[in-house]
Amino acid sequence: MNEPMLWNRNCPIPIAADAERISLAHGEGARLSRRLISEIILPRFAATANRRFADAAIVTTIGCRLAICTDSHTVSPMFFPGGDLGSLSVYGTVNDLAVTGAYPRWLTMSLIIEEGLPIAILERILDSAGHAARECKVTIVAGDTKVVPRGAADGLFINTSGVGEMMDPVPPGPQSILVGDKILVSGPIGRHGIAVMSARESFAFDPAPLSDSGSVIHAVASLRNSVGEHLRTIRDATRGGVSAVLHEWAMECGHTFALTESRIPVTDEVRGACELLGLDPLYVANEGTIIVAVASRFAEIAVTALRHVPGCEQAVIIGEVQSRGISPVTIRRTIGSAQPLDEPSGAPLPRIC
Amino acid sequence: MKFIDEFRDPALATELVRRIRATAQQPRVLMEVCGGQTHSLLRHGIDVELQGIVELIHGPGCPVCVTDISAIDLAQQLASLPGVVLASFGDMLRVPASQGSLLTARTAGANVMMVYSPVDAVRHAQRHPEQQVVFFAVGFETTAPATALAVLQAHQLGLENFSLLVSHVRVQPAMEALMQAPDNRVQGFLAAGHVCSITGYDAYDDFAQRYRVPVVVTGFEPVDLLQGILECVTQLESGTAEVRNTYGRSVTRFGNPAAQRVVETVYEIDDRAWRGFGVISAGGYKLRDQYETFDAPRRFGLTRSTETNDSATAQRCRAGEVLSGRLKPCDCPEFGMACTPDSPLGAPMVSSEGACAAWFRYHRGSKL
Amino acid sequence: MCLGVPGKVVEWIDRDPVFGRALVEFGGIRRECHMACVPDAEIGNYVIVHAGIAITRVNEQEAERTLQDFAAIAEGLSEPDEFNSAGTI
Ligand code: SF4
Repeated sequence: MNEPMLWNRNCPIPIAADAERISLAHGEGARLSRRLISEIILPRFAATANRRFADAAIVTTIGCRLAICTDSHTVSPMFFPGGDLGSLSVYGTVNDLAVTGAYPRWLTMSLIIEEGLPIAILERILDSAGHAARECKVTIVAGDTKVVPRGAADGLFINTSGVGEMMDPVPPGPQSILVGDKILVSGPIGRHGIAVMSARESFAFDPAPLSDSGSVIHAVASLRNSVGEHLRTIRDATRGGVSAVLHEWAMECGHTFALTESRIPVTDEVRGACELLGLDPLYVANEGTIIVAVASRFAEIAVTALRHVPGCEQAVIIGEVQSRGISPVTIRRTIGSAQPLDEPSGAPLPRIC
Repeated sequence: MKFIDEFRDPALATELVRRIRATAQQPRVLMEVCGGQTHSLLRHGIDVELQGIVELIHGPGCPVCVTDISAIDLAQQLASLPGVVLASFGDMLRVPASQGSLLTARTAGANVMMVYSPVDAVRHAQRHPEQQVVFFAVGFETTAPATALAVLQAHQLGLENFSLLVSHVRVQPAMEALMQAPDNRVQGFLAAGHVCSITGYDAYDDFAQRYRVPVVVTGFEPVDLLQGILECVTQLESGTAEVRNTYGRSVTRFGNPAAQRVVETVYEIDDRAWRGFGVISAGGYKLRDQYETFDAPRRFGLTRSTETNDSATAQRCRAGEVLSGRLKPCDCPEFGMACTPDSPLGAPMVSSEGACAAWFRYHRGSKL
Repeated sequence: MCLGVPGKVVEWIDRDPVFGRALVEFGGIRRECHMACVPDAEIGNYVIVHAGIAITRVNEQEAERTLQDFAAIAEGLSEPDEFNSAGTI
């Protein structure tokens, strides 16, 4: 890693000591800028990107409805057990498209790099993003880089926008949820938030809890193929976790979501970490786990279909929709009666004290 | 998880509720002392289940909530000194003081770090000799051994860049203060299980006799809590006022002598201002003279100001009445209006164990 | 405060009276905990951990006894599963 000579060989700008780090010059549109794109960025997306990191891409015209979305990604630390900022920036946007009912096709990627970021780090992040894009079969068609002065960003921010083709049948959305519908999750919850928090605050858990960061394309496709028109809505339960999604849905449909704690899948690692930190996994973020609302009669079929998808073996019904009661979201824990489950407020802080 | 799941058993809990209902001839008012107990009671809906039979007053046992504003102000002052890193527990960082919380201070550039354990802060100091690490030591008797151990370790390592802002509180003097209040409503106490793991419960005998009030050492899982409530109610019905231990798996009469030694080596008992209560005599700990070099205010030449308490927000917040059981959170005019977990006006809205936040979280609108 | 969690001692790392540490298991994870307050805990014992420090040993006989006192109570009581009984196919 400490080989500044590598850069000095051809580079007209004398940047000796800073060579293996991003400098402001990398963002100034000159030669260094071009080299950042052609030598560092593009090779990583060889199989997926157009030949240029274009300002604008022209893509095939297709006679169907398109979904478009955009999402900016930042995570501290940039590398966490089970993932990193690079793959996260691809999965995040791909998943937003997928849960809308689209088949993700194209991404654009915009990098905001803090001056001083080691190039080796940037390379690892981009490698990972390229890998994720290939896995999801999306093409990164256009992009942009900006280098900002030290302190103006936290290492690296990545914005990705995505375009996908809508696939029929399209889930109509949360306002279509009916009393009696079932709520499913595609796997154990809370893994991403616990993984990142453990890494960030150096809680030194062993084994380090792994993030669920990944694509939900296959999970959504299996639902579409098995119970297509009986799906109400699908969401990836990111920030605020399952609780945040259900509260949003409850606002839209006006019903109550009734959960049963004993049915909610949680890994032993997340369970242990949550007990120790005084957190509730229902409020903790996921990055590759979806919540599904589906007509009651088709819930078991949906579960069976999901369980055939790698990574979704623990898909399960966790609750059902009832007419509006004491609270938009309720949960049955130890004692029989349903308790209100409040909306998350702020990021969960360890309740140690 | 062993020793947790068994004590969340639905069948046991349901049966205990039935027994409490069968035993109680009239409504009773109990106080759970510890914030951890409050959290668990509300999370599992035990208070709702016992509505009309047992009223549970959420006691002062959230140490974050009773930490005096002047201490937090001081912590902020320390955090903004050049070269200083202020470390504390997650919840402490959100407590509002005169100038906002430590988290707001962090946004404004102060160096604030969240740690899981005070000994982690020692380790951080060891690795970063260029920083002055100050640990904001809050908490009850349960937490004092951890911060005292941090001091002993720093002392042995000869660390000159580690110090404490001590704001520890002691539970029993606060219980005395509650019982002496003229409008006290508390008929029985669920004593704080993990505090008693350290201190034991021998000292409560005299307390129970003097105030003729049952004191039941109680754990934190639903079955533990219901057992403690059942014992309290049974005593009230039979007119006894004794000390009982229903948390035998983690508490003995004389507590943990090893932990007590650690605490006594480093700390001595001192008077302490409690937010909402005023100064409680013998209500806290301070560093002993031979460890005074670890005293952060002394090291940095700062003193606690005493005038912050009547800041505008502090006046609107009725924390004192809530924490002493004289006012239900939902009866505070600010509750859910100006004061929510997103923008807490007073400390009990901050920590999820705080009486107001717990109430907001679990039954915001309903008035029990 | 006082969030104390029971965990199983799986390995002693250091038995120093002040710096003593052990690996303690909570569900699926392990973490180093400081053991100065439970110097005589053995491997396999459960300890209650608060803020990274083991504050007491769990008395397992006592826990068993409590549970056995209740074992009779629990008999014949079981939780209905609302979803499996509620019209799913
Ligand atoms: S609701 Fe807010 S203002 Fe009222 S007592 Fe509680 S913390 Fe204070």
